Amino acid sequence: MSRVVDIKDLSISFATDAGAVKAVDGVSLSVNRGEVLAIVGESGSGKTVTAKTILGLLPETATTGGAVLLSNRAGTSVSDVVSLSKKQLRAVRGADVSMVFQEPSTALNPVYTVGWQIAEGLRAHGKLSRAEAKREAIEILRKVGIPEPEVRVNYYPHQFSGGQKQRVVIASALVLNPGLIVADEPTTALDVTVQAEILELLRRLRDEFDTAIVLITHNMGVVADLADRVAVMYQGKVVEEADAKTLFAHPQNDYTKRLLDSVPRIGQGRARTEERQRVRAERASGGVVDVPVVEATNLTIEYAARFGRKGFRAVDDVSFRIGPGEVLGLVGESGSGKTTIGRAIGGLTRITSGSLKVLGFEMLDFAERRFKPLRADIGFVFQDPAASFNPLLTIADAVAEPLVIHGRAKNPAQARKRVDELLEAVQLPKSYGDRFPHELSGGQRQRASLARGLALEPKLLIADEPTSALDVSVQARVLELFAELQLEFGFAALFISHDLAVVDLLADRIAVLYHGRLVEEGTGAEVLGDPRDPYTRRLLASLPVPDPVEQAARRTVLARIQAEAGANPA
Amino acid sequence: MSTTTEAVATLPPRKSGFFGRLPVLKQLRQSVGLQRGMLITGLVVTAIFVLVAIFAPLIAPYGFAQLRGPDGPFGAQQPPSPEHIMGTTVGGYDVYSRVIWGAQTAILVIIIAVIFSIFIGILLGLISGYIGGWLDRVLVVIGDAIYAFPSLLLAIVLSIVISGGQSSLWGGIFAAALSITVVYIPQYYRVIRAETIRIKAEPYVESAKMLGASTPRIMFRHVLRNATRTLPIIFTLNSSEAILTLAGLGFLGFGIEPTAAAEWGYDLNKALSDVTSGIWWTALYPGLAIVLAVLGITLVGESLNDLADPRLRGRKRVKAKSGAMSATSVDAPLPSDLDILDENATAPSSTDGLENSK
Repeated sequence: MSRVVDIKDLSISFATDAGAVKAVDGVSLSVNRGEVLAIVGESGSGKTVTAKTILGLLPETATTGGAVLLSNRAGTSVSDVVSLSKKQLRAVRGADVSMVFQEPSTALNPVYTVGWQIAEGLRAHGKLSRAEAKREAIEILRKVGIPEPEVRVNYYPHQFSGGQKQRVVIASALVLNPGLIVADEPTTALDVTVQAEILELLRRLRDEFDTAIVLITHNMGVVADLADRVAVMYQGKVVEEADAKTLFAHPQNDYTKRLLDSVPRIGQGRARTEERQRVRAERASGGVVDVPVVEATNLTIEYAARFGRKGFRAVDDVSFRIGPGEVLGLVGESGSGKTTIGRAIGGLTRITSGSLKVLGFEMLDFAERRFKPLRADIGFVFQDPAASFNPLLTIADAVAEPLVIHGRAKNPAQARKRVDELLEAVQLPKSYGDRFPHELSGGQRQRASLARGLALEPKLLIADEPTSALDVSVQARVLELFAELQLEFGFAALFISHDLAVVDLLADRIAVLYHGRLVEEGTGAEVLGDPRDPYTRRLLASLPVPDPVEQAARRTVLARIQAEAGANPA
Repeated sequence: MSTTTEAVATLPPRKSGFFGRLPVLKQLRQSVGLQRGMLITGLVVTAIFVLVAIFAPLIAPYGFAQLRGPDGPFGAQQPPSPEHIMGTTVGGYDVYSRVIWGAQTAILVIIIAVIFSIFIGILLGLISGYIGGWLDRVLVVIGDAIYAFPSLLLAIVLSIVISGGQSSLWGGIFAAALSITVVYIPQYYRVIRAETIRIKAEPYVESAKMLGASTPRIMFRHVLRNATRTLPIIFTLNSSEAILTLAGLGFLGFGIEPTAAAEWGYDLNKALSDVTSGIWWTALYPGLAIVLAVLGITLVGESLNDLADPRLRGRKRVKAKSGAMSATSVDAPLPSDLDILDENATAPSSTDGLENSK
């Protein structure tokens, strides 16, 4: 088999304000024709930097050592990307190697039609006329599965859905028929059902076009679904390289084992949630009547539109309840209204009609002044731990904020003792209270965020995607901590996530939202074990599992479900 | 979902002392190469300007309104000589002394103008950006209206209104400073308002709202300090513009009378007719003073601007294979973490649910 790219002893250092930082340290990798190599690793492991080197896309602050030998499609010429001039690099990019980016909505220029953007690559390399370039663009759009390419070639990016945009990005990467495509987290920004379709498309590229793909991802499920060979990177080094089946079945390196272990799988948390279910049932039979912490009846939330247009209905006729000490997992894709519900419970968004009772307080047309005392009983954990802390306050000051606001302490210094206790409860050293948020890692910041949410010992905690910005091993530890704290403090929680496996770990009951409607609700065993709603079934089947053999079987199941539902391709 | 770049965040934070954190000194340490050269040049020129202003009474051989020495009157339009190293003006003043004293006037006007416009601009921007509503709309329209006038014209009108024809030292300085203030308030107002609107949507503000913090508390504790980061840059750039506006006012005859204070723009105005008759010294030196003062402050401002943006900031090249590997978020057991783990291990563990339930 011929090699498309051969990376030899690559090392890259960056100049930063804090001096030199090494990102990649002696990496050697190679990719053969028609092969998918997945580079797996967590943030900062050097996987993206390695892949960008193949296209010579590193910023000026980087210094590169070693060699990256790139062949063209025919295998007639080999060039070392590291030593190419800017002009030579331009000739190589697009023709021999091209890139698919993470976020399709920012990778496309909003002021040009997609046809123009695809043709741009053609015109940069060949001397095609405008009409010829457009013909080529239509042809490639058809190949990546855009319906009616003759019409849609003249569409602007905003007229496509997220999945279709990613198809267009792939089309423009593919249009010059390069031998190698570098895909940097190509599905991370997409919903899981759309992700399955994009992965299917990438698989077709390999099989039909014989294109080699370097797939960069942190998602082990995606790796299991697509990759032929896997390289695991850790701290700038390749710690293990094997074909996909071997790696998942018999990981050799300790780090690989830990990484695979921390991937949440459906069914893991069931034993514990069933145990708690039993305790609750006992209490109910003992005559203890639970007053619900949150009760929503026919809840509807609309966002006002501009004058003369109909408002956007984000939440449509949803009813659910959360009992004391109960964890409700709210699952849905982007735009399903799950975050809106969380914000409405916290009083950040006003509800339009129906009824929402939070701790017995009716949220329809509520007055902020009367709701304020109740805020002490509601904790909130935000998605991005980096953004939810005021960068100019120390962690101790930030955690003390709720105590000061609700009059439990006069100033942050007085609250320090309680803050230290809280930091210990979330397993952070007391001394971290004096640090600023940027001096903590993502996982540590999310712990501090939990400490702040729990400072007043709330009866209800709303966690909006608390782990989606974290790496998988960090996520596992934060989820574990969340479960421990929930047991210790006994708060009720609304756990919002797009990841079924994560919700399954923690939630007593799971509610599935789709386009603002509640399509299914029940215990983990009911919803995930025997889904009733076709959408839940599709969602469940689209979730890639970290096991290549099982994943291959699941793919056929998904194909059948999609055929049954007649689901439109995204 | 996004993969955050943790690597840099988890580098051991470099402790810098109090001086290392001061706005300008911090940038000076960060800079390299040409950027550093620009910044240092700017700082040196500005420092000279400030020192001259402070020590004007000691440096200048004569007073700014002095017409006669011990040997009688200086005489008008005298060429440079040992007694008057830059000659004398058409009104019989010593050019060198007036250039030196002029620095003092300029710096007083800058300080008053910038302080007034910063305080009023920040307060209006913060309130208007955070509270919004009709107040915001009205203030934006007023700000735009002020922008629509040529700033010099506005300054002239205001100086007439404020001074009412008086020309005492402080009357003149305040007239000039306040007319500059009115022109610059909209700039600070706009910057702070835009930042406030951006920060208002940040999760940390939402989180404060969620906790039930009052509006003034959110505005001053969470929004204000984060909104003022770009101010040093506007501050320096505006200072140099303030000098130009002051000189423009003086040149057009709306400045300060020569008996009240020395003012470069006024001197330039009086030197107009001299230039055509071959008397170069009366125009050259006040002109040079304006150029140097503006250049110095602008250099500082522009360098701060470039250094504030990590993409524009220059850095020293590093050698291949150099530098330490930064710790990733994965399994990075910090020494203090281990202590905590030890502590937890000795405490009776009641909740190991996650691992056992697989």
